[in-house]
Amino acid sequence: MSLLFAGRRQAAAHRAAIPSGRLRWLHRSLVGWGFAGPATALVVGLSIFPAVWAFLISLQKWNGIAPAKPIGLLNYELMVQDPDLLAAVRHTLVFTVLFVPSSIFLGMLIAVALNRPIKLVGFYRTCIFIPFVASAAATGILASFVFNPQYGAANTVLRTIGLPQQQFLESQSQALAVICLIALWGQVGFTVVVYLAALQDIPKDVVEAARMDGANRWQVFRHVTLPALGPVTVFTSIWQTITALQLFDLVFTTTRGGPLGATQTIVYYVYLQAFKLTKFGYGSAVAYGLFAATLLITVGMIVYSRRSKIEAF
Amino acid sequence: MLRRLPFSPWHLLLMPLALLFALPLVQMVLTAFMPDGDINRFPPRLIPSRLQLDGFIGLFTESQALRWLLNTVIVAAIAVLAQLVLCSMAGYGFARLKFFGRNAGFLMILATIMIPTQLLMIPTYVMFSRLGLIDTLAAAFVPWLASAFGIFLMRQFFLSLPAELEDAARIDGCSTFGVFWRVVLPLARPALATLTVFTLLGSWNDLIWPLVAISDESLYTMQLGLANFQGTRHTQWSLLMAGNVVATMPLIIAFVLAQRQFVATMTFSGLKG
Repeated sequence: MSLLFAGRRQAAAHRAAIPSGRLRWLHRSLVGWGFAGPATALVVGLSIFPAVWAFLISLQKWNGIAPAKPIGLLNYELMVQDPDLLAAVRHTLVFTVLFVPSSIFLGMLIAVALNRPIKLVGFYRTCIFIPFVASAAATGILASFVFNPQYGAANTVLRTIGLPQQQFLESQSQALAVICLIALWGQVGFTVVVYLAALQDIPKDVVEAARMDGANRWQVFRHVTLPALGPVTVFTSIWQTITALQLFDLVFTTTRGGPLGATQTIVYYVYLQAFKLTKFGYGSAVAYGLFAATLLITVGMIVYSRRSKIEAF
Repeated sequence: MLRRLPFSPWHLLLMPLALLFALPLVQMVLTAFMPDGDINRFPPRLIPSRLQLDGFIGLFTESQALRWLLNTVIVAAIAVLAQLVLCSMAGYGFARLKFFGRNAGFLMILATIMIPTQLLMIPTYVMFSRLGLIDTLAAAFVPWLASAFGIFLMRQFFLSLPAELEDAARIDGCSTFGVFWRVVLPLARPALATLTVFTLLGSWNDLIWPLVAISDESLYTMQLGLANFQGTRHTQWSLLMAGNVVATMPLIIAFVLAQRQFVATMTFSGLKG
């Protein structure tokens, strides 16, 4: 009897605890979302929601004003056969292949040099990093001045050392390579900082131990430093690939896609299709294609780095 | 620093590279102060024959550059302030508070990091035009108010703080917001500095989104104004370079002043992988 009673009292106490527990839970959730809610709502509202909407738009023929016409996957079918888009993809890939390895190689080289205890290192660091702070728009305008065929400094330098003048951004065959040089000028500072940080993380005693064992500088670099930089290299490759695939500002402020479409990139093409020709549906389809490709490349790099035992993520 | 160091062959690599990186910017500044005659003669002068302010005067009288600069400052200031408040609060919530839907919310935010801005441009444009935001200054700053990167960064930082600090404050009767505001946030300076740097760089230098969302010339940001100005004033280089100086110098000066902090924060933010 007393046992039963005790049991009942416990149950009653438990029941009494439920509302207050629920209230506490509700209160905690309100406080939590009070903190996280505004930013989460903004991020989701400005990315997941539009991303889903972009997919719906990509299934339509729509100019933003007239009623949208659902056309299924037609935009994607058109995409595969569009010679201008194909050219834009080719230009973007050429740029990526030129830009990513050179920015990694140059960044690593400069970082190794800046990691030595030498004079003027602060001055060198500042010089190499400052272009990264300048916007791509300002960089593009500056570059179109420096590489101007008539009065640009680049041709003045070529003249002085007795080399033939170049057309640079006005030449169909050179424009993309010149844009790549400009992009390197503006972006290498980033890779340098990332590698510099990684180099300073390498324990000094490991390097010293290797030196004690009779390794020369090159062997230390090859067998100690380089493997330690593996994860950072995966990170910079992915980061710079994404940057390269999204090239737009520099093209807009140097060549506007010219001469004769030679520097038209995928994002520039999306901009033209969507906002100049108001083909919202087709523009969205191309943007989705770019997204899918970026995702594929990123995942591919991560899987590859895992396989080769480089733990970057 | 003044310790005598032996000559190193690395100088042979670093000196030319440093010049290659710095000289175009020096030329930008020199050209801004150069008479157009110096630029357009053949061969052009690299050093101005005399310094003059015509480029800057022309820029500010013949364009609305002052307006553009002001717009950019407003956009960047709102973006930085909003990110500091909203992202630190969300980061703290996701790191320390336990509430319904926390993991789902955070996963959703992580997922958005993968979505490129180009994909969002078209629907965001449509959404903003329906909300009446196109061709307002708000169009330029609303996308910068909060970011997945900022929330993630702040959360990582708060996770690294020892929880005992907060427990002590809570036992003393501090509310959750009080703990956040008085105990946690003052400790978060390095993370807040990182967030400031990235938001400032991103919002100040943005070109493609203002290009799409703003067509009223008095609402241009500096980058947009410059890019459009370039199309019409191709030959007036002193004007264009003056514009370039105005657009880049504030950030360059800020960078040089805060260089140590800047590099430290780039390192801190986990960008080293």
